[in-house]
Amino acid sequence: MLKLPIYLDNNATTPMDPRVLEAMIPYFMQNFGNAASRNHPFGWQAEEAVDYAREQVAKLIGADPKEIIFTSGATEADNLGIKGVFEMYASKGNHIITATTEHKAVLDTCKHIEKLGGEVTYLPVNAEGLIDLKELEAAMRPTTILVAIMYANNEIGTIQPVKEISAIARRHGALVFSDATQAVGKIPVDVNKDGIDLMAFTAHKMYGPKGVGALYVRRKNPRVKVTAQMDGGGHERGMRSGTLNVPGIVGFGKACEICMLDMEADNKRIIKLRDKLESALMLLEEAYINGSVAHRLPHVTNISFKHVEGEGLLMGFNKNIALSSGSACTSASLEPSYVLKALGLGDDLAHSSLRFGLSRFTTEEEIDYTVKAISETVIKLREMSPLWEMYKEGIDLSTIEWAAH
Amino acid sequence: MAYSEKVIDHYQNPKNVGTLDKASKSVGTGLVGAPECGDVMRLQIEVDDATGVITDAKFKTFGCGSAIASSSLATEWLKGKSVDEALKVDNMDFVEELNLPPVKIHCSVLAEDAIKAAINDYRTKNGMEAIKFEESVVH
Repeated sequence: MLKLPIYLDNNATTPMDPRVLEAMIPYFMQNFGNAASRNHPFGWQAEEAVDYAREQVAKLIGADPKEIIFTSGATEADNLGIKGVFEMYASKGNHIITATTEHKAVLDTCKHIEKLGGEVTYLPVNAEGLIDLKELEAAMRPTTILVAIMYANNEIGTIQPVKEISAIARRHGALVFSDATQAVGKIPVDVNKDGIDLMAFTAHKMYGPKGVGALYVRRKNPRVKVTAQMDGGGHERGMRSGTLNVPGIVGFGKACEICMLDMEADNKRIIKLRDKLESALMLLEEAYINGSVAHRLPHVTNISFKHVEGEGLLMGFNKNIALSSGSACTSASLEPSYVLKALGLGDDLAHSSLRFGLSRFTTEEEIDYTVKAISETVIKLREMSPLWEMYKEGIDLSTIEWAAH
Repeated sequence: MAYSEKVIDHYQNPKNVGTLDKASKSVGTGLVGAPECGDVMRLQIEVDDATGVITDAKFKTFGCGSAIASSSLATEWLKGKSVDEALKVDNMDFVEELNLPPVKIHCSVLAEDAIKAAINDYRTKNGMEAIKFEESVVH
């Protein structure tokens, strides 16, 4: 039975897996202890649960449990990783390299660092959303301390060539940070094979709870340290003070364990559904896939429907289908998606985009319903669109002098 | 953001979607906005030359629900009005009628601009001088 509304905004957040909730429940009321309480069973139980979760999290990314620093989420992990390296390695240099399509948690952190006297290079991306390795190589300086490139993009799902990036960074003696929020739990990520020194990720994008994430900090080859960004009791090996969110961490661990076990089977199914959705929607005229098709997360597709505005499009079905758009109208800033613009998309196509994020709970029925609803709305709105009429009349829209406003 | 019922109604059942013959002397066409900004409105009026009354109005809009609703409402308001009366339609009339939130005020401004542009097109086609309007600032 098809249940409405349908949730296809899984890059924003995922529903929790019932197995995760089940694992968490005892840690709210029965085993409520503070993991830092060393002198009684309540604390011991909590610490044991955190240690176990730390192993589960570490295992998913091929790390040692001691390399996992629990945080409140990926934004905090991004801040701690980048600012922490900038402060810790100030004597080595002050230059950071990142990319224009990074998440705001990385970009705004880098802007903050520029205000503190740091220097930041923002690498452009090509039409597929990939950085150019030659440009990365050319941007490296003797003062470069960190290369911060995301694993996979949140809007278009494009996966960066992380291994090649880290090889270049390492050759120049810089550390590698990756915001892997969208990738961990969805595709195999291994910090050793990928050559990552610091990595941010979060539970709520992989069927875990909100409010808990982690920063991976390499301990060997090289041993990496970050300066704490919060003062307090010296938890998490002094790198992140604050009482641990024990139920959240337990849920995070369980979510990682499930992802590890189910990833392959889940992805087989999800890719089939994503491809079905995509190929059905691409049957519409003037539809364009945004980002790389070859290097892409299995559960993501981002499509622009030319001559239809994204927010207007969403309104046609958003009571029944949860999606997001790169349209300006859906953002507080009234600017269309900076990620799509970085691909070289015109503002008109950026305004016309929809982002689909599938999950392990997405069904074929939901995909069929979505295809029908979106196709109908696109056709209806195009009949209402002056741009579509002009396009059909063969008028080149770029030759029209639009009233600037 | 939740839409008002009136916006949803106009979006679901837009009034007067379509095209009038833009070559006709009695038709005025206003095309405002830009694809880069996410909204383009085309508003057309047909005027009875003898009485100066707007006998028909049509629109096509590329934009969000509020932009579609504003242009649909504009066509409803314009029909039966004289050109002089139509000039008095103010963007705040749309804001009030459709309960537009502050971030959607630019949709109402666009609708007002579209009316003025259509009237000016009609005027210049019929040997009258275009009316100079103050630049709208809210965008």
